[in-house]
Amino acid sequence: MAGQVAEAAPPTAPPSASSPVLAPRRARRNYTPYLLLLPGLAWLVVFFVVPMLSLASQSLQTGSVDSGYTMTWHFQTYVDALSRFWPHFARSIVFAGTATVLTLVLAYPLAYFMAQKSGRWKNILLVLVIAPFFTSFLIRTLAWQTILSDNGPVVALARAVHLTDLLQLLQLTSNDSLMNSRFAVICGLTYNFLPFMILPLYASLERLDHSLIEAAGDLYATPAQTFMKVTWPLSLPGVVGGTLLTFIPASGDFINSRLLGNTQTVMIGQVIDSQFLRIQDYAVAAALSFVLMLIITVMVAVYVRRAGTEELV
Amino acid sequence: MTDKTSGDLKLTGITKTFETFTAVDNLDLVIPRGSFFALLGPSGCGKTTTLRMVAGLDQPTIGQIWIGNQDITDTRAYQRNVNTVFQSYALFPHLSIVDNVAFGLRRRKVSDYKTKAMEALELVQLAHIAKKKPGQLSGGMQQRVALARAIVNRPDVLLLDEPLGALDLKLRRQMQIELKQIQSEVGLTFVHVTHDQEEAMTMADTIAVMNAGRLEQVADPATLYERPTSTFVANFLGQSNLLKATVKGRTSTTAELDVHGVNLRLPVDRLKATTTELWLGVRPEKVRLAGPVNGGAADRDMADADNQLTGVVVDASFTGLATNYLIRLPWGQELMVVQQNDGTRSAARGAQVTLGWAPQHGFALSADQDAHAGAQDQADDSGAI
Repeated sequence: MAGQVAEAAPPTAPPSASSPVLAPRRARRNYTPYLLLLPGLAWLVVFFVVPMLSLASQSLQTGSVDSGYTMTWHFQTYVDALSRFWPHFARSIVFAGTATVLTLVLAYPLAYFMAQKSGRWKNILLVLVIAPFFTSFLIRTLAWQTILSDNGPVVALARAVHLTDLLQLLQLTSNDSLMNSRFAVICGLTYNFLPFMILPLYASLERLDHSLIEAAGDLYATPAQTFMKVTWPLSLPGVVGGTLLTFIPASGDFINSRLLGNTQTVMIGQVIDSQFLRIQDYAVAAALSFVLMLIITVMVAVYVRRAGTEELV
Repeated sequence: MTDKTSGDLKLTGITKTFETFTAVDNLDLVIPRGSFFALLGPSGCGKTTTLRMVAGLDQPTIGQIWIGNQDITDTRAYQRNVNTVFQSYALFPHLSIVDNVAFGLRRRKVSDYKTKAMEALELVQLAHIAKKKPGQLSGGMQQRVALARAIVNRPDVLLLDEPLGALDLKLRRQMQIELKQIQSEVGLTFVHVTHDQEEAMTMADTIAVMNAGRLEQVADPATLYERPTSTFVANFLGQSNLLKATVKGRTSTTAELDVHGVNLRLPVDRLKATTTELWLGVRPEKVRLAGPVNGGAADRDMADADNQLTGVVVDASFTGLATNYLIRLPWGQELMVVQQNDGTRSAARGAQVTLGWAPQHGFALSADQDAHAGAQDQADDSGAI
């Protein structure tokens, strides 16, 4: 009632006395939202737009670090870079894609359990998911060297159950060793990005109203049908969020393949890294960065459209 | 659908315990096929737990559930020909209204699910919004969609878990009438869980009153109101005046009672043969007032009001339709009296009055019960509406 009174009062009181004074005020736009946007926009301009333009211009220049670069609109750099490094692009996308699928398969049941079944253990489990972040990314990746080392227990077990034979058949190992192989790189990627999959999945499964699952069962859906028709579609926002958070950084990753891989597992992030910092061919490095960005943007755009999450979010 | 599965719903010896708490305690209940049955009770009395066990969402700790002559106790929810209208409606937010309604039909591979779903939507007068999503509908519309989604499957038993709880009063009234009409139209067994006694009385053929996991009384609304068998029922459904009474003598038709030194009567069939102490109950609207202000008309009304007491008016509140009096009796107890506003009687505060009621309007309750059982629950629940 109080609200109604407050709303009703102004039209009766001000018109005669203060409306001429108020009129120019009303005409002015309200700038507060734009002012609030300003810090964020400034940040984006300084740390995203400017570096992006600088990168774009760098990729079209010719020269060397010693003699300096000059703008020559040399588009041939892109052609050269792509023809030399396309296998690395392809490999990055395959590795990142495989790791993304594996994290999804591992994370979904875990997130479901945490969100729907864990009760009072929920918070402890959440802390455990985040706990690895307290250790350096590098240390955690190096730990996989020990885990997969030839005389370690993991490899012994894998040999005993002939997992190594299967992996060899799939050409994931290198010379009968799990370490320094495609398998090791995918393991590292999967492990490192797992929390980024779990957390968005958890968030969307936690919001899932349990009575919807009961309603599906009540309407003759078997547990499998309930998952396919209700749980999965309602968790899609989390699936899309998680796969993006995993796939995008994984495809540009340059640590896992350097520490756990071999010369046959070099990913595009590693190439860009060495082009910039070791070979110091800035033009090629900039061109590769740009192409990687373009590929990821196109893939993500297609993926998000296909997933059709607009209605669900 | 087949004769094998359809029939009465029977619960035999159902007990449900959660760790140390007993939600439902040795419940036996038969719900006849095609009836509109209400499970009524205050929050936490076990009515929703009972409903969930029938739906297959909870398993009874002990006991069996039967539909007709088939024991469905150990079947899963999706295997039972039972559907639920959930309190929160539980409509699937990612599906259109018609897809929500067709959900059960499609799981059962019914071929013309689209036609049947549209028919069900027409029954609840929502065919025009079939393409919308649940989020775009009002609460009342969602409620009807939930009903259509359950009814379309023609279940042996339709369970309604406080289906009108989230609606405002006006819409509740309207939906009560609509639900009843739909039930008689489709002829399914409806089991309606509610804490609202008025809703249960308005809609159900038979009401089971539950309290603390046990059945208090199962009867049609009129019997439940006129002949409650426990103080809980007497207080939970409407209001009751309960007077401490002792049996002084019996004839073939009438029992003579002593109430604080006053002789009152009750038809003898309301009493067990062995009863000596009892609570004598009478509803406030059955008691009539006579006093100094009243002329011949009121005295004529008192003609068959053989049970007479005297008292002083301590409060009179005029509600338009009636006046509610609070009368203090000589031994200090206060009696509620409701007088219809038919223009004949009125009594002012402080007036000395005579009250009376016909013996057949009284009911007897066993004296070992708490006279206030159920009164608080009812006050709480009506406050919440």
